[in-house]
Amino acid sequence: MASAPQSHRKLRFHILRYNPAKADDEPRIQTYELEEAPGMTLFIALTEIREKQDPSLQFDFVCRAGICGSCGMMINGRPSLACRSVTQSFPDDIWLAPLPVFELIGDLSVNTGKWMRGMSEKLETWVHMKQEELDFKRIEAPMDPALAEEIYELDRCIECGCCVAGCGTARMREDFVGAVALNKIARFRLDPRDDRTDEDFYELVGDDNGVFGCMSLLGCHDVCPKQLPLQTQIAFLRRKMVAQGTKG
Amino acid sequence: MSSNQETIAGVGLADRPRKSRWPARMDLAQSTTGLVLALFMWGHMFFVSTILISKDAMWAVTKMFEGYFFFGKAFPGIVSVVVATILAILVLHAFLAMRKFPANYRQYREFVAHKNLMHHGDTTLWWWQVLTGFALFFLATVHLYQMLMHPGAIGPYQSADRVWTGSWWPLYLVLLFAVELHGGIGLYRLCVKWGWLEGKDPAASRARLKTAKWVLTAFFLALGLLTLGAYLKIGYEHRARAGEVYTPAWVQPNPMEKAP
Repeated sequence: MASAPQSHRKLRFHILRYNPAKADDEPRIQTYELEEAPGMTLFIALTEIREKQDPSLQFDFVCRAGICGSCGMMINGRPSLACRSVTQSFPDDIWLAPLPVFELIGDLSVNTGKWMRGMSEKLETWVHMKQEELDFKRIEAPMDPALAEEIYELDRCIECGCCVAGCGTARMREDFVGAVALNKIARFRLDPRDDRTDEDFYELVGDDNGVFGCMSLLGCHDVCPKQLPLQTQIAFLRRKMVAQGTKG
Repeated sequence: MSSNQETIAGVGLADRPRKSRWPARMDLAQSTTGLVLALFMWGHMFFVSTILISKDAMWAVTKMFEGYFFFGKAFPGIVSVVVATILAILVLHAFLAMRKFPANYRQYREFVAHKNLMHHGDTTLWWWQVLTGFALFFLATVHLYQMLMHPGAIGPYQSADRVWTGSWWPLYLVLLFAVELHGGIGLYRLCVKWGWLEGKDPAASRARLKTAKWVLTAFFLALGLLTLGAYLKIGYEHRARAGEVYTPAWVQPNPMEKAP
């Protein structure tokens, strides 16, 4: 409880360095030492390393508050957001690596945006309305607040990529759409403004790259920094898609 | 296909060929066959463990399955029919579950590295499911073939002689661990996969399911080991007269007089 001056821990950051843009670069682990500060997050630690020790270190940050989803990385083997990870909760040695599956930009920086865009285009993760009803001047029908809340709950996804990096299936099979996509399908399925039916959704996720590829390891659910109810949503979608698929 | 799809904005859903229904059927069939096999295994364990009560109890169970108490005569062929059914379900389950295995070295390496780094319980448990499932291709099949072809050779002495004199105990020992781990993990996974027993608080339910899974696995492993131990003991003591058929003192005449 006392706030007397403490001797701070010496942290050792072992960071996987590799720049694929450099022709002669080889992947290697580089170690940086840093004195821990109270309330230090990995964002603070990495910024300090970059400012004081190695300006060539690449990593992504925007919001520092778990909203933008840019700073997903493997922290001691598990995907998580660096800005939301407090160094206090880790041992003296912290191993950092870029998220797998996604295209590597350099060091800890990966191109999740490219992957997410591809997924979004493939699975059409936007509201689909009937053509003749498109009238942008029309006042939108009110939505039941409970339903709006339910949709919003799933819409909290920040596309950080942790669920994909934490998924055994996605690691093995690159065509697997991942929990982020299944969550989005579940979200648009709830939305009354989306005119698609289960038959349409089956066309998007009714195969082994979609919901049936999920082996329920629940890595996604357990690493999601936004605590999205992925277990429940994927199970729900699986039941709906099996019902659709066995209907004939 | 529903007719309104052409009118959905800007996506060309109508132009797409309709997706196969087989992935849905296969997903459902994989879970269903797994559920049937896991529940069968639990029942099976209770039946074989009746040897812990007495030789007469185990004898009565085997005779019941041969229809002795219904027809007044034993028909081991009934057992063969059940075994053939289980074998068919096993083959189907193996065929369906195999789709999930790592299919090449790259996938194998990716998954193992992922598992080792993640230290994530359910991911590691899946790996155990793969390993035990692979083992069961061989162990379960050997056992089922024996039972299919010699359905009458189940009884307090015959089973015990098979375990000891027939040297089947190493297979049964490994089979026991493979089956109990695989089935226990599989039932837990079925629950989280389909959202069974989820209740209002899925996290708490999952924790409870996990505990229940380990308790049940421990229980069936303990019961299995005790049962195997009992057969080993009987088989060892009976080794000089291996092949002899057990007949309870109260049974007149011997219903197994034609047994080998």
